[in-house]
Amino acid sequence: MIALLHHQFIQYAFLAGTIIAIMCAIVGYFVVLRSQAFAAESLSCVGFTGATGAAVIGISSLAGTFLFTLFVAVVMGLLGKKMKGRDIEIGLVLAFALGLGVLFLKLYTRNAAEAVGILFGSILSVTTYDVYVSAITGIAVLITLGILFRPLLFASFDADVAEARGVPVTFLGVAFMILLGITIAEAILVVGVLLVFALIVAPAAISQHLTNRPTTSIVLSVILGLLFTWGGMLLGLAFHVPVSFFIAAFASVTYLVTVSVLHYIKPHIYHSFEHPGKEL
Amino acid sequence: MWALLHYSFIQNALLSSAFVAIVAAFAGYFLLIRRLTFAGHAISHIGFAGAAGAVWLGFDPVFGLLLFTILGGIGIGIWGNVLRERDVTIGIFLTLALSLGILFLFLYQGYAEQAYSILFGTILGINTQDVFITALLSIIVCGLLLVLFRPLLFASFDADVAEARGVPVRFLSIMLLLIIAVTVSLSVQVVGVLLIFTLLVGPVAGAMRLTQNPVVTILIAMVLGIFYSWTGILFAALTNLPVSFFIATLSFGVYLLIRMRELLI
Amino acid sequence: MPTVISLEHLFMKFGERKILQDINFSVEEGEFIAILGPNGAGKSTLLKLLLGLYKPSSGKIFILGKEPRRGNSDIGYAPQHRMLEADLAIRARDVVGFGLDGNKWGIALPSKQRTQKIERVLREVGIFHIADMPVGKLSGGQQQLLLIAQALLTDPKILLLDEPLSNIDIAHGQKVISLLTKISRERKITILLVTHDINPLLSVVSRVVYLVHGQCVSGKPEEVITSEKLSRLYGTSIEVIKTKGRLFVIGEEAS
Repeated sequence: MIALLHHQFIQYAFLAGTIIAIMCAIVGYFVVLRSQAFAAESLSCVGFTGATGAAVIGISSLAGTFLFTLFVAVVMGLLGKKMKGRDIEIGLVLAFALGLGVLFLKLYTRNAAEAVGILFGSILSVTTYDVYVSAITGIAVLITLGILFRPLLFASFDADVAEARGVPVTFLGVAFMILLGITIAEAILVVGVLLVFALIVAPAAISQHLTNRPTTSIVLSVILGLLFTWGGMLLGLAFHVPVSFFIAAFASVTYLVTVSVLHYIKPHIYHSFEHPGKEL
Repeated sequence: MWALLHYSFIQNALLSSAFVAIVAAFAGYFLLIRRLTFAGHAISHIGFAGAAGAVWLGFDPVFGLLLFTILGGIGIGIWGNVLRERDVTIGIFLTLALSLGILFLFLYQGYAEQAYSILFGTILGINTQDVFITALLSIIVCGLLLVLFRPLLFASFDADVAEARGVPVRFLSIMLLLIIAVTVSLSVQVVGVLLIFTLLVGPVAGAMRLTQNPVVTILIAMVLGIFYSWTGILFAALTNLPVSFFIATLSFGVYLLIRMRELLI
Repeated sequence: MPTVISLEHLFMKFGERKILQDINFSVEEGEFIAILGPNGAGKSTLLKLLLGLYKPSSGKIFILGKEPRRGNSDIGYAPQHRMLEADLAIRARDVVGFGLDGNKWGIALPSKQRTQKIERVLREVGIFHIADMPVGKLSGGQQQLLLIAQALLTDPKILLLDEPLSNIDIAHGQKVISLLTKISRERKITILLVTHDINPLLSVVSRVVYLVHGQCVSGKPEEVITSEKLSRLYGTSIEVIKTKGRLFVIGEEAS
């Protein structure tokens, strides 16, 4: 087991996994705050089309994912509030994007394993190139987020007041979506298109249940993200089972346990007097 | 082209996809008017874990699908009301279900091919027994929907008044989730877990733009659904490209055309 | 006049929260009653108790001589109105039709009699011309009339309306009020109407029920809405100002 850690490919995997986990946890904080979980999921679906499309035109799959998620992120950011309540349209566009992805897969890929790699991640097969790209993009995203931090926080809590105070809310929305697009393209590398929720939303959602202070929440969310990723990789290696299974399972079980325990300890937070009889 | 129709696998595919399209349009109508689209999406992902589990244990994936989608439907029915921030919670459940699915498939040999076909559908590989099960379940679901139709519609548009009039609102919402669960299981065979929207939502969303009458909406949606899946199957058989790609493209394209027509008028 | 509704020592709690405490009043046939009170006073809860949607914690309710039960077609109910979504694909006549047979299993078979009943109510309420419009495209006032039409379809003896006048402008509000006076006179229907603002209704209601902190007083508007009575009810100093035939309650929301 320990001997495995001397292999270069595993060191790469850990390096990339660490960078990406940190990035996801911090960007995820804002995703949860801004209730953009659905947007995150949409971007990752589009990433599938990007990754498979890249194979068809012969560029690296990471590059393809980048191009697609960025493009869609900008569009989503520009549409902004108009996206609210449009689940049907979004759902159909996503289904179409996935349909295209299936076509690209059929046109190009050598085998179904490649498709499954994109869908469920293949962190153990990252290349030096991938590590460099994730390190550079990771640092860039974090620096940008550092600059945007305060106005973004303001705009996320109360867009109307922020706008009245002169915060460029639309610009921030688009800028954040771009950061999210980059982050998701990276996350797909680790956990795959279908499980990005585990790295982006779960750590941040858990920490926002535990604390209301932004900085504490972000730190906690980074710690959780790292624990899930490292734990998942170690156990995946030890049991020869897909890494993304463990990451996703850790993340979702931790979330569910946290929420249930909090329900039990502090029920008043959750039952803020609601009339009975409200239906789905 | 017509020679294709003589192959029994094409006949099976056309027959069962027609049943699926009808049920999907019927149940999809209620899914849409109750704003449950995200729940439908979630149930299909939960179904993935079930299908994968069944494959691993050596059962027909349909049974695993049914079991998990039904449990998922009940779970969403019970938990959905209690928990706030429903999107995040459902998303987390999805993640858990998908990760379990991938584990089960990994444990089974021939991992990738199975995963691929559950995720993107296997309508051309459907056998006579599957057609039979699909037909039977479709008839049951349609019958149930016919019986529940009026109170369900009432409760969907105005739960408060419906409850005051003695409609069992809570019972109906659980029943609807069960119906959606079975419908999702059936649709997964045609378009796969990931493209469930194309049959469950696409036809209804298009039909709703054409008429305000609920019954006519559902009928148009059924016709559209059958058109998408039959065209998809025939094109796929001719070109050897995936069926779900054609269905997704048609579903999206027709919806787009209908919206464009609105802009022009 | 026979008594159609009576409440005796009615208490209602949700968990620890006391919503209604010892409510007593009765309503006679054909009365038009406004239920007033600040937010959270228990007005909507009171309506839901009358509908049998909630069970009282203690005390008795009689409606037309019986305990309240769900699905009682002698009661018409229009809930607190919310704007319907603009792309809701269903026609006004379908929504009204729910009032007739929405609680029955199966599909509604098209029949002449059914259509006639629905159209008659639509005409009575004055919205026949919008019968085939999608409900999402109707204005707030039209949607409110639609809900009233739906509630009238079973020929109820009692009409319970939750805030029918909020979210609509004054002109439409007047339309709703004159419609309600007309149906209460012509059909001999008893109306209980929850409202924030008594002024547009002052000339038409027979009595008001004023609910504050779960307790109530009832009587003629000019008897109940007085500085003295409301101060006692709120337990703090409340001033009622009467000017140009309108009443203003000062200090209400601050308490």
